[in-house]
Amino acid sequence: MKKRRFWARFRRNRLAMTGLIMVAASFVISLAAPWLAPYDPNHIDLQAVLLPPCAEHWWGTDPLGRDVLSRIIFGSQVSLKVGFVSVGLATLIGLLVGSLAGFYGGWVDYLLMRLVDLMLCFPSFFLILAVIAVLEPSIWNIMVVIGFTSWMGVARLVRAEFLSLREREFVVAARALGASDLRLIFVHLLPNALAPVMVSATLGVAGAILTESALSFLGLGVQPPTPSWGNILTAGKDNIEIAWWLSFFPGLAILLTVMSYNFLGEGIREAVDPRLKD
Amino acid sequence: MLVYLVKRLLLMAPMLVGITLVSFVVIHLAPGTPVEMQTTLNPKVSLEAQKRLQELYGLDQPLLVQYGQWLKRVVRLDFGRSFSPDRRPVWDKIRERLGITISLNLLSLFIILAVAIPLGVLSACRPHSWFDRATTVLVFFGFAMPTFWLALLLIMFFGVYLDWLPVSGLTSLNFPRFSLWQKIQDLAAHITLPVLVAAFGGLAGMSRYMRGTMLEVIRQDYITTARAKGLSERTVIFKHALRNALLPVITILGLSVPGLIGGSVIFESIFAIPGMGQLFFGAVMARDYPLVMGELVIGAVLTLLGNLLADVGYALVDPRIRTG
Repeated sequence: MKKRRFWARFRRNRLAMTGLIMVAASFVISLAAPWLAPYDPNHIDLQAVLLPPCAEHWWGTDPLGRDVLSRIIFGSQVSLKVGFVSVGLATLIGLLVGSLAGFYGGWVDYLLMRLVDLMLCFPSFFLILAVIAVLEPSIWNIMVVIGFTSWMGVARLVRAEFLSLREREFVVAARALGASDLRLIFVHLLPNALAPVMVSATLGVAGAILTESALSFLGLGVQPPTPSWGNILTAGKDNIEIAWWLSFFPGLAILLTVMSYNFLGEGIREAVDPRLKD
Repeated sequence: MLVYLVKRLLLMAPMLVGITLVSFVVIHLAPGTPVEMQTTLNPKVSLEAQKRLQELYGLDQPLLVQYGQWLKRVVRLDFGRSFSPDRRPVWDKIRERLGITISLNLLSLFIILAVAIPLGVLSACRPHSWFDRATTVLVFFGFAMPTFWLALLLIMFFGVYLDWLPVSGLTSLNFPRFSLWQKIQDLAAHITLPVLVAAFGGLAGMSRYMRGTMLEVIRQDYITTARAKGLSERTVIFKHALRNALLPVITILGLSVPGLIGGSVIFESIFAIPGMGQLFFGAVMARDYPLVMGELVIGAVLTLLGNLLADVGYALVDPRIRTG
């Protein structure tokens, strides 16, 4: 796929552009959080506890009188970090396992694919929770755990691509010219297998953000006072009968962010899929 | 068919070993030993008692030996005793909650199928119609909606604002004194929201998938033939197309089992439902390692069984699989 053609198709795809703009906006919000947030996200004001949305606090305040809007703006940093680091890790592992299995085939392939099957047997949320139970819940542990439990899809994709590319003329020719295994993998095979990986990584960011917020909601993720969308929702649940804004706004933030990555991922898929005509 | 079944069952054995191995490794990532976990929390335990506990758990043995001994007990469904004050066997605790989680998940699977299949078929029959577009939007919402947020919104609307439905537990306090009819009503009211929440996530994926396979089937030659024969559109869609499009759904059902089981942690702890998920969440919070390990193994075994059922179901309806 030529880069320019990809761009041409990508730009004409409304879904993809919407996704890209939304993702870019979320980047700007989290990078510019200190300037955008109207208050210090951890500033406790016991005179202003559980205020509904009003002129001073657009999205209300929480049980400690902290500004919900500011906490949500800063919470986007957590989502972004977890999303990218864990998916980066998962993609690296997936690329490694998938290329080894697809390139060498035989018993290497067999063993690695059985490992993939095995990992897919665990309800991933169970596995993540069990590891969190053993380690301390913290943002770093969450990233690592999500990364280590979500690489299987990428591995399967890369393996399938390698299997279909392995016997193609340009690879056979490169091998005949004496290219080393490493050169074959990194120069000839991997670049040709990257398109589906890109799609799955983009969708993976959405999944990781959902998982992190669920963990933080259960109190097993990012620990207060660090604001994350999930742990603001915990306060929302505890005050569900009196403070709708505590539940409504952070959830909306998660929904929109996750949706933007899904749009972007689907858009990239449509732009790189050779079956869809220009 | 029997040969196929036996082959499938035999393939499960190494997977089971793998599952237990992974669970064992995960728990042993823990700093400190289970004995320290129990004793440092309880200063009354003497050093001698600690040693006895260590021998009981076989902690003085090498790790591989420990795993072997543990595996021998696990095969007999003996996961040891919970660390919680009641010190009950892990399997007893899981067993009494297994039924609730499985029934709720089956119920939500049923809802997923009942809603997603018509949705997918209708939007595939009229691609790019307003109905298809509306479903697509719904699907994107379904994919992005955090289930726990949906749960909170439903609680706020139906539980707090309208005050129509109870939002916690499976039954009301005075349940034992109800008549049978009242009991059924009470139970139904309690599980409505949790089942809706559990079904919602799968709904999006399933209807999208149904639409995709249906679109593919409709393009096949035998559908054109059926239409050319002059069969009514109804017969073509429901008899010729739908039957074939339903085949891969069986596989997707099997694949959705781990998601449902994992999701039960969330909806059961939000709605305070005494199922496996809630038990697991409590075990994680309390660092109750034997219970965590037991749940992990049982959760994976359920997934394995779900996949097995899906494969067997597929083989039953598709002769190419069982003979091929």
